[in-house]
Amino acid sequence: MVLKMGVEAENQNIEKSMIETANNLLKNKEVDVIIGYSKGTVPLSSAPIIIRREEDTDKLIWNNLCYVNLAKYLVPLMPQLCDSEGNSLKIGVVSKGCVGRALIHLAVEKQIKLDDIKIIGIPCNGNINRKRIEKEIGESEILELSIVDNNINVKGKDFEQSFPFDEYLNELCKVCKVKSPPNNESLAEVCVGECLEITSVEDDFSDLDEYESKSTEEKWDYIIDTLRTCTRCYACREACPMCYCHLCFVDQNKPIWFGKTTEISEIITFHLTRAMHLAGRCVACGACSSVCPMGIDLNLITRKLEKIVKGRFNFTSGIDIETLAPMTTFKMDDSEEFMLEED
Amino acid sequence: MTVQTVDDKSINENWEPKIIAFLCNWCSYAGADLAGVSRIQYPPNIRIVRVPCSGRINPNFIIKSLTDGWDGVLVSGCHPGDCHYISGNLVARRRFAILNELLEFFGIEPGRVNFMWASAAEGERFANLIKKVTKIIKELGPNTKFKKKWC
Ligand code: SF4
Ligand code: SF4
Ligand code: FES
Repeated sequence: MVLKMGVEAENQNIEKSMIETANNLLKNKEVDVIIGYSKGTVPLSSAPIIIRREEDTDKLIWNNLCYVNLAKYLVPLMPQLCDSEGNSLKIGVVSKGCVGRALIHLAVEKQIKLDDIKIIGIPCNGNINRKRIEKEIGESEILELSIVDNNINVKGKDFEQSFPFDEYLNELCKVCKVKSPPNNESLAEVCVGECLEITSVEDDFSDLDEYESKSTEEKWDYIIDTLRTCTRCYACREACPMCYCHLCFVDQNKPIWFGKTTEISEIITFHLTRAMHLAGRCVACGACSSVCPMGIDLNLITRKLEKIVKGRFNFTSGIDIETLAPMTTFKMDDSEEFMLEED
Repeated sequence: MTVQTVDDKSINENWEPKIIAFLCNWCSYAGADLAGVSRIQYPPNIRIVRVPCSGRINPNFIIKSLTDGWDGVLVSGCHPGDCHYISGNLVARRRFAILNELLEFFGIEPGRVNFMWASAAEGERFANLIKKVTKIIKELGPNTKFKKKWC
């Protein structure tokens, strides 16, 4: 097959070297299992796959629909990734940047031991905003998706439409600065494949400027408008690699923090608290928005979280294994400009 | 625990805000006590909930207060360095900082939720800050936006 330049060719290159790395890891018995992406059963999707044998590695794929954050399957550890005694096998995880970040941050939170893990780094070229495409297509069923010449071509029974690739990426992917898993001295043992030497992330968050210049009322209206269709299905929580609590606050019944309806104050309570709980922990993978059945884009909120944490504590999650998560620590001189003072 | 605020539809002149205040046991609550013992006057709009430490305050206390219809929330603890549990208020400060920014981001009026420090010796300061908070919330008017509508 003749390789075309552009996204397609990139995908093929990524896939090829990923399979090669995976193959070597299994051959040299450096890992027992590999978790990666395989072809999805419906268009606009991909499916996670667990691979144990060398000859199966060609089932691994990379395309721009690998939106699941694979770190999710490590906490709690899936039974398929344990030996008969329930101990963790040596696991290779196919990692785009945000999967790598999630793994590192999970290690910071002492949820996984990186000794048991190999981060198979790949240079991610972005995920397609599948919810946006689905929304724009509307009722008709999408049967096929292909990427040709940096255009996303979507085919159905009686329609065909094409979308420019760069524009129809996930909002988080558009501004992503960590496309490959972060690597540094303390991680050298863990990272294989393509990783990124990085110690800090520079970001100006200018994408938030427009929203933040709105007035309080406009913000409230915008947020309500975005979240009003939320059915509180909690798919966003289920997809999030950082949501691993045994008992989530939404499921607690002692106390019952808030009701189960889709009344707007309860929806907002859910999303506010969810955001609170992810501050300094969200790794900007966009998995939450990619799985929302109502097509709600939560990326605005997750971006804001990153901005707050960067601005206040100069912290980016999942970059460095040594730095404590900001919400588990404090500094005597943390800024407190919001505290009330006497006139 | 749903609180009935005075007739939401017509903000009449006699409307008085109801403010829920979470005060830590060791400083702010004692500060409130001192203000009382010293007979310093301050507006009667606050209802105090005594908590062991400002670190005990779950952000959900604050959010729930708003959905339950309180017009304002006040959180007060010991000054940094003075916490009875040494660092409770320092950890809490980070939480409050984030909650404060998120509330603003979601479009809740700045000033609905207020944070302050007051020690056990600062009866005067406590009273002054209560005056200030009451004034802020009076200007904002009743909390109708975030209040739960279905009961
Ligand atoms: S909140 Fe969303 S973007 Fe952040 S880590 Fe969880 S799934 Fe990923
Ligand atoms: S996945 Fe979407 S609809 Fe479901 S709870 Fe999350 S935001 Fe709401
Ligand atoms: S005891 Fe007062 S803030 Fe901790």
